[in-house]
Amino acid sequence: MAPVLFPLGDSAITIDYGNIIDEAINDKVLARFHDLQKHPLPGMIEAIPAYSSLTIVYDLFKLRSLVKQGSIYAWFAEQVKDWLGQDLAIGKETFRSIRIPVCYDGPDLISVAEQKGISPEEVIRLHLEGRYRVYMLGFLPGFAYMGKLSPKLFMPRKKQPENMLAGSVAIAGDQTGIYPLNSPGGWWVIGRTDVQLFDASSYEPCLLRPGDRIEFYSSTQCSL
Amino acid sequence: MNRVLHNRFTIEKAGLLDTIQDLGRYGQQRSGINPCGAMDGYALQLANALVGNLLEEAGLELHFPASVFRAEHSMLIALAGADMDARLNGEPIPLLHPVKLKKNDLLQFAALRSGYRCYMAIEGGLYVSEEGYSSSTNLKAGYGGHEGRALKKADVLKAYESTDAFLPSGVLPWTVDPVFETTTDHVRIIPGHEWERLSSQQQQDLLQQNFIIDKRSDRMGCRLAGDPLILSKSEELVSSAVNFGTIQLLPDGSPIVLMADHQTTGGYPRIAHVIKADLSKLAQKKPGDPVRFKLVTQEEAESSFIRQQEYLLQLSKVCRLKLSHLDHKL
Repeated sequence: MAPVLFPLGDSAITIDYGNIIDEAINDKVLARFHDLQKHPLPGMIEAIPAYSSLTIVYDLFKLRSLVKQGSIYAWFAEQVKDWLGQDLAIGKETFRSIRIPVCYDGPDLISVAEQKGISPEEVIRLHLEGRYRVYMLGFLPGFAYMGKLSPKLFMPRKKQPENMLAGSVAIAGDQTGIYPLNSPGGWWVIGRTDVQLFDASSYEPCLLRPGDRIEFYSSTQCSL
Repeated sequence: MNRVLHNRFTIEKAGLLDTIQDLGRYGQQRSGINPCGAMDGYALQLANALVGNLLEEAGLELHFPASVFRAEHSMLIALAGADMDARLNGEPIPLLHPVKLKKNDLLQFAALRSGYRCYMAIEGGLYVSEEGYSSSTNLKAGYGGHEGRALKKADVLKAYESTDAFLPSGVLPWTVDPVFETTTDHVRIIPGHEWERLSSQQQQDLLQQNFIIDKRSDRMGCRLAGDPLILSKSEELVSSAVNFGTIQLLPDGSPIVLMADHQTTGGYPRIAHVIKADLSKLAQKKPGDPVRFKLVTQEEAESSFIRQQEYLLQLSKVCRLKLSHLDHKL
């Protein structure tokens, strides 16, 4: 199905592949995203991948001299359509594999187990068993939305956000994530990790990138 | 050439929320890194133009009550945006003029008279660690700007030695006109992807009512109080990118305009977007102020922003000429 293009304000365009969390669709988004990282479109400032969409922010002021008539958006959308017409190998990319140690003693572990009617050990086993992909980053610097979680662990978000510590490993819906910073959040914390997900002084400040494949392993050494 | 760092200001008394900001840390939103930057980037650029800086140079964004500054060295500054009744050693100084400070001068702000956020540019810029290609303070992640936080008492701001030694002290006799085009007080918007989810009556309601800036507004978002707009169709959206100026509709029917510190992605309906050229207008409204929207075309949004930037470049050239002329005369 052809994606839908629409303006995201007067300085960005979104390419929307449908309102769905799906690996095959996320593969398309990431293939397009990686192509733009290598070959940016004229006037592009940056590209932002999400579950099923890719947004390109462009520089209106730089593009003004290239566009003779009509809106800059319409001109840029034509460039995007041409680019979307070029075939890319989808799902053939190799992604980084990252293993993350987790101490499974989060404050919500028991509560999740009780609500799901399983033992805490089973919660841990199900979380460890998963092979996750980073669909996208958002919410906080370095916060990766990883899926999909075993359906046996699906929990709705908490009604009221609570204060989360950096390194909290949490679940909500069919996703798992790690809070990179101390922040309010509504996910269920089942563990914690020492791994630093965000380091402002680094050239690449965020550990995780869209498309990374994540495995968790159980650890007993957490300083937090 | 080795440039010499000087102490510029000591903060004698902390303000409510004064931070170092430039035009934002773009290029890392793929990692969830929010751009931050000046809420009113236009005012920051006006101030930069007046002191001969590059337009995108980092400056100070002040909220009232603002910090009290003690000059540790002579320097050229300019103020733009909100009128906070600035006083130099007790004497009023005007907005939108270059002002040469002497060592030990005291700069204070006595009252919020119009607008909401005031910007101070310092000739030569401020010395900050540029993490992620930008000087903007990211309050959430605690980095950028001055130690990743708002200024507090006894902070010392540094800057490179500048070339303003020939300028006389006090207010320099030229100004710039902040109005780059004649418009009404409306904040102009363009439709968002979920605009059509509003009934035509709700679209009219959005355009015809006076919203009030809610007191829960901050650098992340400008919340609007008014008659709620409840969508008949409430399909959930999976998260995708949002923009500075995106108007999201919250589940309780109240709109929120995403501002400089916005998260990179969101899942609420994007009913509209404030155009880039009018973000300045919105950023200068304080809690309790009314705001009315006007729907315009994509072309008008684009051309208005381009005119704004062209105007700034023109002012920048004129101001540099004035400064160099004064250098030569003395």
